Amino acid sequence: MLQRLTIAERQLALAISIAVILAGLLMAAAGSGDPMGPHGAIVMFAGAIVFLAVLRVIQDPEPLEDRAENYYDDPTRVGLLISLGWAVIGMGMGVWVAAQLAWPDLRFDAAWSSFGRIRPVHTSGVIFGFGGNALIATSFHVMQRTSRARLAGHVAPWFVLLGFNLFCVIAASGYLMGVTQSKEYAEPEWYADLWLVVVWVIYFVLYIRTLARRNEPHIYVANWYYLAFILVVAVLHIVNNLAVPASFAGAKSYSAFAGVQDAMTQWWYGHNAVAFFLTAGFLGMLYYFLPKRAERPIYSYRLSILSFWGITFFYIWAGSHHLHYTALPQWVQTLGMTFSVMLLVPSWASAGNALMTLNGAWHKVRDDATLRFMMVAAVFYGLSTFEGSFMAVRAVNSLSHYTDWTVGHVHAGAMGWVALITFGSIYAVVPTLWQRETMYSWKLVEWHFWLALAGTVIYVFAMWNSGITQGLMWRTYTESGTLTYSFTDTLVAMHPYYVARAAGGALFLAGAILAAINVYLTIRNVPQKRTEGDYPTPSEATEPAVPVAE
Amino acid sequence: MFRKILSPFARMFEFQARTHYRAERHSMALTVGIILAAGVGGFVEIAPLFTIDETVEAAPDMRLYTPLEQAGRDIYIREGCYACHSQMIRTLQDEVDRYGPYSLAVESQYDHPMLWGSKRTGPDLARVGEKFSDEWQVQHLINPRAVVPESVMPQYAFLLENELDVESLPARLHALRRVGVPYTEDQIDNAAIDARGQARPETEAADGVFQRFGDDTNVRFFDGRRDRVTEMDALVAYLQILGGLTDLPSQTRSLEGD
Repeated sequence: MLQRLTIAERQLALAISIAVILAGLLMAAAGSGDPMGPHGAIVMFAGAIVFLAVLRVIQDPEPLEDRAENYYDDPTRVGLLISLGWAVIGMGMGVWVAAQLAWPDLRFDAAWSSFGRIRPVHTSGVIFGFGGNALIATSFHVMQRTSRARLAGHVAPWFVLLGFNLFCVIAASGYLMGVTQSKEYAEPEWYADLWLVVVWVIYFVLYIRTLARRNEPHIYVANWYYLAFILVVAVLHIVNNLAVPASFAGAKSYSAFAGVQDAMTQWWYGHNAVAFFLTAGFLGMLYYFLPKRAERPIYSYRLSILSFWGITFFYIWAGSHHLHYTALPQWVQTLGMTFSVMLLVPSWASAGNALMTLNGAWHKVRDDATLRFMMVAAVFYGLSTFEGSFMAVRAVNSLSHYTDWTVGHVHAGAMGWVALITFGSIYAVVPTLWQRETMYSWKLVEWHFWLALAGTVIYVFAMWNSGITQGLMWRTYTESGTLTYSFTDTLVAMHPYYVARAAGGALFLAGAILAAINVYLTIRNVPQKRTEGDYPTPSEATEPAVPVAE
Repeated sequence: MFRKILSPFARMFEFQARTHYRAERHSMALTVGIILAAGVGGFVEIAPLFTIDETVEAAPDMRLYTPLEQAGRDIYIREGCYACHSQMIRTLQDEVDRYGPYSLAVESQYDHPMLWGSKRTGPDLARVGEKFSDEWQVQHLINPRAVVPESVMPQYAFLLENELDVESLPARLHALRRVGVPYTEDQIDNAAIDARGQARPETEAADGVFQRFGDDTNVRFFDGRRDRVTEMDALVAYLQILGGLTDLPSQTRSLEGD
């Protein structure tokens, strides 16, 4: 695989890996006695693996391939496999944390295994590990196909992919050691945050340079979304993580903002991590893989424009709906609520655009579980954005906030929308990437589909029930005007739903494991066959990059 | 008539589609457009919070966390307590009845970062300070189900065995001062001594705590152990000050009652 790099590129990779090893050494030396020390060791180890891998091929001859003839898919393949690995880890952690809430002693009595420490391993594992790797990998795939051009650079994509995973590993291992900033979905400490900025800048440059090579006059809509994902996540990440380290030889830092300003910044980040990480990037996936798989053009170009700019503009305002009835000034709460409700328009425009695209291809949805994954993802996207706008209304929020309803809402989006569109895209792209005829087993895909759907529905219904029950119990008064239920009363009422939730999560996890097995068997056992037209062509070529309107 | 009403919108969409058709040929046009479109909302909602004075109430009696309490706060963050406990009582009657006066912005003025939380798997802790004895808090942290049989909280018995790291406290307080917490030079320099002193009543070090942080400071054997200062001391000291940094919230409620 690395033989495909030129000797100059291999030398560059070697130099970068040496720099990483030195940085790790510095961290390990400075941070001995602090969690930063083990993190330095992890960085050194990661650098050493790359160093050895490149060193093995450094003497090999220059590659003979004509780079203009092919797309560069090696990083995409590795990225998808890593993503599936994180899916199993992250969802496995999810089932474990869910089980801890039903059976709290399920943790071997160790400090690292408490709910508070492993819950971020679950959230970061699925959001960044599974989702992030899938986004990076598919973005490499999509930007090349829709631009009809090979990636601009061969070291940069590896740097982005492996660098991002180093961030994920530092994040996850840090949580187990108690390293956290406590900002939800932005828990990693200052050195991990700085590293991610470097990785992200390279990612943006790679994307723009590849677009600059394109043989298509227009930039396809999937790329707008990937671009918005890269750009806005960078802004959010930098501002929300502004902090002053207590010492450059330790992990601990203190956020630059405090109290109400910090809360607003955090939820401006938190909600837009949902918008630009978990929505924009995955809409990019949807806009490419769904029309490709259905072999139908996107229903409406104008709806794409409307929904893209609507999402980009409206979403940013919505964060303050996480802070209804708090010490945040009311004018900000009201702005957040208003924009959250308006957000329904571009969100449903996207979901509708996706579903209308399937007109004329519904028989394929019936027969092809891969396309059905994408269709159901679009439906869940529509449902959870509706639910989100609803829950952002102040009166509804007074009931739903702080309860499991929020957790259910997030998982309707994360499982029903993000994970399903990702699995659909993975099943669609794996045969193309490895040049196979088809997936190893369509029956396994079918099984996965129904396990995932059943798991999601059980999960969401359990959380609706527990959330609304708890919210109502908290506000129930006796006739004499005192609160009817103590907090522990509500906790007892939650127990059956927590068991059901863990069961739903386990079904979903089982589906993800089937996906990993199916992909593995596809690569090992399915005969080779190159997908037609899957190579860079000039824009005058007869085969369009994406299906065009009739 | 319907068509007539919609025609300006149709013209606008027509114009938008045509402009976009040209603009989407340029990656930098998209880049700038995305940054501008996504920049407005955050700027309008966040920037004024720093400039409008009414955002945070004035509370002249607002006190700072002592080094021991700050160390406890850091442990609270390390263990991820914020994932299940909020520290934000909303302006709703049932919450005020259950937890006490609703939270004010000034109460988390020096909280870097804030710990308002997003989920109540356990109850809100904004005013938990002094609601339970130190003894109860320690027993509950060692084994929650020994005190509250229905609880699903993890055990934190190991906190009682871990000696508190006080040596890094001056650097931590210094970092906090750099982000805006008004610790004095004296408080920062003596942070390690004061952290120990607060958990060792009737000693010279304890007198230093009163001198630097006021006579109302809680100085106690928080974890009941007299031989050493543990992480349990710090965490309980922090829990016992929650809601006790200023008296303003209770005054607000009585004023509204009049």
